[in-house]
Amino acid sequence: MSLLEISNLSKRFGGVVAVDGCSLSVADRSISGLIGPNGSGKTTVFNLVTGFIPRDTGELRFKSRSIAGLGPDRIYGLGIGRTFQLARIFPRLTALENMLVPVRRAGLRAMLSHGQWRHERERAMEMLAFMEIAQVAGTVGGALSYGQRKLLELAAVMMAAPELVLLDEPAGGVNPALLERIAEHIRKLNRQGVTFLLVEHNMSFVMNLCDEVVVLHHGRTIASGKPKEVRENPAVLDAYLGA
Amino acid sequence: MKLKALGLLAVAVVAVLLPVIAPDPATTNIAVFTVMYVGLATAWNIMGGYTGYISLGHAAFFGFGAYAFGLMLIHLNITPGYGPFLLVPVAGLLTAVLSVGIGWIALRTRAATFVIVTIAFMFMLQLLAENLVKLTGGGGGLGLPYPHDWGGDFFNTPYYYAMLVLAILGLLTSWWIRRSKFGLGLLAIRDDEDKALAVGVPTRAFKLTAFVISAALVGMIGSVYGYYVTYIYPQFVIDPLIGISMVLMAFLGGLGTLSGPVIGALLLEPAQLEFAYRLGASRLYLVFYSAVFLIVILLLPRGIVPSVAELLRRRRTAQVAS
Repeated sequence: MSLLEISNLSKRFGGVVAVDGCSLSVADRSISGLIGPNGSGKTTVFNLVTGFIPRDTGELRFKSRSIAGLGPDRIYGLGIGRTFQLARIFPRLTALENMLVPVRRAGLRAMLSHGQWRHERERAMEMLAFMEIAQVAGTVGGALSYGQRKLLELAAVMMAAPELVLLDEPAGGVNPALLERIAEHIRKLNRQGVTFLLVEHNMSFVMNLCDEVVVLHHGRTIASGKPKEVRENPAVLDAYLGA
Repeated sequence: MKLKALGLLAVAVVAVLLPVIAPDPATTNIAVFTVMYVGLATAWNIMGGYTGYISLGHAAFFGFGAYAFGLMLIHLNITPGYGPFLLVPVAGLLTAVLSVGIGWIALRTRAATFVIVTIAFMFMLQLLAENLVKLTGGGGGLGLPYPHDWGGDFFNTPYYYAMLVLAILGLLTSWWIRRSKFGLGLLAIRDDEDKALAVGVPTRAFKLTAFVISAALVGMIGSVYGYYVTYIYPQFVIDPLIGISMVLMAFLGGLGTLSGPVIGALLLEPAQLEFAYRLGASRLYLVFYSAVFLIVILLLPRGIVPSVAELLRRRRTAQVAS
């Protein structure tokens, strides 16, 4: 069953066609990869799905419900979390405060509830411990290393228990040891029922981690399937090698 | 912790007993304006300090509160005395309604554009106050009835306590917001608004709420000011200098902190009154303001409270290390 369904999605920036009739689906509880050469429209697809930029045409459905036209906060509220290409955290808030910012379906009552607040703090500390960064809970975001920021960003997104998480280059600028840790965290969260769609240039990371891979080229889907099939697909080889 | 509590208690006792300790009108007049700016800087900080949206047009709400109060006092034929203080929350409510409209438009912009839009709204309101002569008295001012039986040393006292109550209300509101999830959302907006949206913070609703709370407090303070000075002129109540003063005080003390705006107001307002008194109508005291602004930006860009906190943290770390 598909959790996210994208059909005929298009987006133009002036004369540049960034996404051109892209269609793909992400299966529930899967780890899917979205790959493609530079400028193929991967991050634009993320921005369209999460409501950061409006689409020109096409349909976006999450759990069979249309999410086209909704803002990023509403989309997060429905259960789609995301990370950014360069890890983005709140630099003047502590790591623990970073964890407490996410809001999902919070009415005024929930916001004012002391019990809810205490419960969230406990969950935040559990999640920081899960990511093995509990020791920096009291440190401001700006003082954290890049690796710690990557882990904190992922941990914070998980605070509101999203069903689908879009990871924009989780391996970008990360050393091999940390990369393995990030992969392991993604696998563990996936086993707990979280679906992932990730954009990544590190092919071995994608091939080892993903169940399904979708390839974009010039904003169009040119291939999709199991990592092994995609790797051997001539259209994909053409796109990457520029043949 | 104990020291902090004792310090707070001492400040509270002095604030409450001030008109008894120093009843002469010159002192209580300085006290009224100082506490007024404690409230204004604290209220401004709820929007500007927590969200990072620098409004230079909050004087519009100050003036609107004064006019709203004055017009109610005149048209409802209320006898001057303690009764009119009950109109202060009404003036705050009316200011809140106005700020919903202004905020709705201004908060569609960010950064420098937001600053300019708020200034533009302030001048629009000033022009309206000058030109709606039948309603506001225009440049000739709006005279308010005042209690004739509050003579001598006592006259300033009720206004001082009214300002003190509003300053405390502002501080309690600011404290509550800083500790709430709503406040954390505002700080997240200050740090990275798009990221805040990505983690579900309804940024427009949060910003507008902070803007309205901030404006309502400023409007209430403006209404007490109007009652105190008894004559409201557009250029003196919707005065860019009032708007800039509250910003400068919050900057000096420390943006986004609870005590920063209080410290900024306690340092700057008495000094400003002293300079204005010594230099008279020349407005040379504005040079003093510019100098303070430059010093803050160059030497203490984060303000007193965060800089001192950082210094103490470093000293503690150095002690632990040694």
